[in-house]
Amino acid sequence: MTRHIISVLVENEAGALSRIAGLFSARGYNIESLTVAPTEDASLSRMTVVTSGSEDVIEQITKQLNKLVDVVKVVDLSEAEHIERELMLIKVRAGQKDREDMKRMADIFRGRIIDVSDNTYTIELTGDGRKLDAFIQALDQAAIIETVRTGTSGIGRGNRVLRI
Amino acid sequence: MDRVKGKSLTGAEIVVRCLQEEGVEYVFGYPGGAVLFIYDELFKQDKVRHVLVRHEQGAAHAADGYSRSSNKIGVCLVTSGPGVTNAVTGIATAYMDSIPMVVLTGQVPTHAIGLDAFQECDTVGITRPCVKHNFLVKDVKDLATTIKKAFYLATTGRPGPVLVDIPKDVTAATCEFHYPGTIALRSYNPVKKGHAGQIKKAVQLLTEAERPMVYTGGGVILSNAAPQLTELVRLLGFPCTNTLMGLGAYPGTDRQFLGMPGMHGTYQTNMAMQHCDVLLAIGARFDDRVIGNPAHFAQNPRKIIHIDIDPSSISKRVKVDVPIVGNIPDVLDDLLKLLKNEKPRDIKAWWKQIEEWRAKDCLKYDRKSKIIKPQFVLEKLYEVTKGDAFVTSDVGQHQMWAAQFYKFDKPRRWINSGGLGTMGFGLPAAMGVQMANPGATVACVTGESSIQMCLQELSTCKQYRLPIKIVNLNNKYMGMVRQWQQFFHGNRYSESYMDALPDFVKLAEGYGHRGMLVEKPGDVEPALREAFARTNELVFLDFITDQAENVYPMIPGGKGITEMILSEDL
Ligand SMILES: Cc1ncc(C[n+]2csc(CCOP(=O)(O)OP(=O)(O)O)c2C)c(N)n1
Repeated sequence: MTRHIISVLVENEAGALSRIAGLFSARGYNIESLTVAPTEDASLSRMTVVTSGSEDVIEQITKQLNKLVDVVKVVDLSEAEHIERELMLIKVRAGQKDREDMKRMADIFRGRIIDVSDNTYTIELTGDGRKLDAFIQALDQAAIIETVRTGTSGIGRGNRVLRI
Repeated sequence: MDRVKGKSLTGAEIVVRCLQEEGVEYVFGYPGGAVLFIYDELFKQDKVRHVLVRHEQGAAHAADGYSRSSNKIGVCLVTSGPGVTNAVTGIATAYMDSIPMVVLTGQVPTHAIGLDAFQECDTVGITRPCVKHNFLVKDVKDLATTIKKAFYLATTGRPGPVLVDIPKDVTAATCEFHYPGTIALRSYNPVKKGHAGQIKKAVQLLTEAERPMVYTGGGVILSNAAPQLTELVRLLGFPCTNTLMGLGAYPGTDRQFLGMPGMHGTYQTNMAMQHCDVLLAIGARFDDRVIGNPAHFAQNPRKIIHIDIDPSSISKRVKVDVPIVGNIPDVLDDLLKLLKNEKPRDIKAWWKQIEEWRAKDCLKYDRKSKIIKPQFVLEKLYEVTKGDAFVTSDVGQHQMWAAQFYKFDKPRRWINSGGLGTMGFGLPAAMGVQMANPGATVACVTGESSIQMCLQELSTCKQYRLPIKIVNLNNKYMGMVRQWQQFFHGNRYSESYMDALPDFVKLAEGYGHRGMLVEKPGDVEPALREAFARTNELVFLDFITDQAENVYPMIPGGKGITEMILSEDL
């Protein structure tokens, strides 16, 4: 079982997302996260699916994705050098006495405080999943009020591109 | 073809015009509120003929049978909500066997979608996992192109059913009609030619093989590659098997044909599948009912060449050494070209071994029985129809016996639901077969349980004068269920006895057909002869058969391909 990041270019059609999500559930493939948004070409959406499985399963996943009529291209990013990023917004308790500490912690992880109230900070943090996990671990668990994460997006390094 | 250029047509007119442009002869359907405009347009013309079934499941199976038995495409038309849900079994049946089919469904008006309107259902959502692709047309301007896409997608690549959901207001709205001659989709480009390097590797393996075996499935039938397959197998002199979906691709009466593989396959075929050193798989998918337990199958090393149009069928259950993705006839043409210059090894020893296996005569049964043996009926059916009938079947023991005992020499003659295993398929499929092949002999082999699942279509058969011969193997049990209960559930026949059966003769007569009851072995052949002589009538033959008969050989679920139960073991 290894983790794979699969990028999919799909026609920006109604129902394309449900076809892909449906494929994963119908065939019992894991989805760790799934993100989707249109690309610079409005007729195409790009999806990033983080999944895990044996080599055989991953091979089937890419073949089955390619088989969907709406799918234009599929690339397993994890086969070569790539970059992955995820965005997290996290709301934490930040009363008078721990405001400084919280600020310092955000700085260490290169997070930005994007909203402030009397007793809370909302911090924005990007990085790969492990970095976001590490930040959550580093905080006093009682201080965390709410978290929201986008799921992973990925792109190939250098000249490796996915486009039509 | 004439074009109505520049003229505004309603969506309903466009639907019918598209069908005409596609050369559709028959639409199998059932009307309802959401498709009334379309039915109104069908009424006003006579190019596309509508066949009124009695249940939407029948419409889908009939369209499916029409496709399977011809090189044409079956079309069905149903209304929204229950019309669609009734058709789903038929759509899923076609999907599992990769049968091309276009399904047109009515939908509530666009403004009502999502509001739980009367007879609304999420058709695209419900059918998504059992179609090759589906569309919801929200704008009449997209209608013609979408229908064109549906026909294109259904018939190219790995075929399958494609559904177009059309809201009622779209069928009333108007726009200019233009039917595109061709269509190109950037996201969909099925391959044709196989990879030349891979084909060379295959040639090498085939010429060096000491114990070769050719194993082919439904893909050979669907891609019309039977002539190339036959040429290839004869050229090489190799043994050959066709799966339940592939029967008729290689002549069933030929010596090189070893019989069907798998759960109820022949002893010689299953042994050869396991012990071969090179396996050439063509348009087949190594499914659970064919190779049994994949771990057991892997115990014997062999090189596998796999030709298929669908890359996802390759190395799905069994790892393959030489994958060749491509259109089967194209790949076989290329293979043949190269093989004609090669000399395969002498495989006499292998044939000797195979003949020893064949000598076991694994399909033998008691020919002296005083009760009608189902196998006997099928042998006689083969004789009486001179092996040249179209045979549809339902699902159960009768299906397996038909596959074992009716020797199909031609493709598209054996019509059954192999993938989904849908009881109720046989009769409506036979209607489609008869429509596609007027004048041909069509037999529906069924059981007293299966036939009751789409029995209402007897009425459709009457209306359209379809002279189908129904061969009902009446063992008063859901025989296949009973067999499993006997073998694996301690003879506890839980709910598999068919009580309160109707008098099938009277029932057939009630629908305006002829019925015949056959109770003695000696009457089997005369009854069949009489029935098939009645070329203008549907005849329902009710054969009272041995309740205790089982299908042999049998590989129990989860067991290896050679772990067969044979009749002699018991
Ligand atoms: C729609 C559907 N329901 C249930 C089954 C499960 N099933 C498989 S074979 C069978 C029995 C079929 O009985 P019959 O038609 O009498 O044929 P026989 O096996 O006796 O030849 C059943 C219930 C099925 N295949 N399809």
